Amino acid sequence: MKYTQDHEWLRSEGDLVVVGITQHASDQLGDVVFVELPDVGRAVAKGDDAVVIESVKAASDILAPLDGEIVEVNEALADTPSQVNEDPMGAAWFFKIKPSDPSQMDEYMDEAAYRTIVD
Amino acid sequence: MPHDAADTAQNALQTTPLYDLHLSLGAKMVPFAGYEMPVQYPMGVMGEHQHTRTQAGLFDVSHMGQVVLRGRDYAHVAQALETLIPQDVLGLAEGRQRYGFFTNPEGGILDDLMFANRGDHIFMVINAACKTADLAHLRAGLEGQGIHVKDITNRALLALQGPAAQAVLAQHHPDVADMRFMDVLDVPLGGAECWVSRSGYTGEDGFEISVPAAAAIDLAKTLLADDTVAPIGLGARDSLRLEAGLCLYGHDIDTGTTPLQAALGWAMQKARKPGGARAGGLPGADTVFADYANGPARLRVGLLPQTRAPMREGTPLFDSETAADPIGQITSGGFGPTLGAPVAMGYVPAALAVPGQGLYAELRGKRLPVTVAKLPFVPANFKR
Repeated sequence: MKYTQDHEWLRSEGDLVVVGITQHASDQLGDVVFVELPDVGRAVAKGDDAVVIESVKAASDILAPLDGEIVEVNEALADTPSQVNEDPMGAAWFFKIKPSDPSQMDEYMDEAAYRTIVD
Repeated sequence: MPHDAADTAQNALQTTPLYDLHLSLGAKMVPFAGYEMPVQYPMGVMGEHQHTRTQAGLFDVSHMGQVVLRGRDYAHVAQALETLIPQDVLGLAEGRQRYGFFTNPEGGILDDLMFANRGDHIFMVINAACKTADLAHLRAGLEGQGIHVKDITNRALLALQGPAAQAVLAQHHPDVADMRFMDVLDVPLGGAECWVSRSGYTGEDGFEISVPAAAAIDLAKTLLADDTVAPIGLGARDSLRLEAGLCLYGHDIDTGTTPLQAALGWAMQKARKPGGARAGGLPGADTVFADYANGPARLRVGLLPQTRAPMREGTPLFDSETAADPIGQITSGGFGPTLGAPVAMGYVPAALAVPGQGLYAELRGKRLPVTVAKLPFVPANFKR
């Protein structure tokens, strides 16, 4: 598992990477009421807006952490956005990306390094 | 950006008398209108909203301005105040409160407010962000008429809102149970002399309590000791007032919105309307009266987004999926926890201000359907 400065997690799954947000990010957002997912097949560049998350208070963007193609999205979140609060590290993954340059993963933090920025 | 000592002093955040209590309750504090205020407690915005609708919520609204206006007698103060606001102040009975607003020379709204007839004087509550400007406006408009304008800075303001509010407060003084919506009363609570009104900003029954600053934390703790009362932050305050269809100054109403455009005609009583005994005689009266004669060109309406996406302030509205130019915009919007759906308010041309009218809002480049809806979204639960 790798972590970004923006509190996203990245988990390798074969030649794909699954992306979600951390418990810390979920706690900061508060009650999530809406998730807008990217279209499957969309080509994204690292840093592009990929997901919109809305809490009661405000809207936040989740950025694509890698260059690549969105190959699968977690449709269940559209009907049950509260999963982002209940299980951010598990069931509430947002999308799977097929990275065009898997070495971009190496730029991100491991769990120990991520802990130092949230603790 | 230029920056000097005066800026720094102005930018320093103020705190309310309840600041230490907020921290001890685990509040997340944010800057709001120059104050460091609780936006939410550990319960979270959704939980706090639901708790207020089903039990009772305690809000710190001490950042709001409290003002006392005194003259020779009530009639003197009332007649003077009627030169600044289009409400019937003179006809307000002792022990009663009304909603009102200051108009500007263009017929726009400088701030909205509550004012009460307290026998020999008027007690007024004004918005935190407008406090300094309002006080200057009151002094400029009223001191020449012999009215003394006093900024009350040694009192906190609490709001206890929700269906359990009466049962909770009546344990501390039985008389509050007899108060009806918009009644005001002096009541000792926990030994402190409090000015209580039966009103609020949630659409629920409840009370607003002006309490001496030194007694504020004790009173808040006493009220919170009741199992039905939870502390509520600004986040839920906003979602509650939005569902109740109540305006937020600087968003839903401002210097560019007239009272009738803002659908606040109900707050201007007969004596001050065209043909009334004391009609006009205030800033912008010509514009306000022209709206009565011609009908306002645009109106504030409720808006129900037809998808799950919340639509926030500034979202443009269109009368078709393809129209090039917006016909209005959303002025407040978000998620309504009681409705379990997004809700919004905004301005649309009068011809489209009809419940059921379909419109489109443009969100992240997509036109999404929105329906004009009656306000409030959640029926008011006042004790009339």
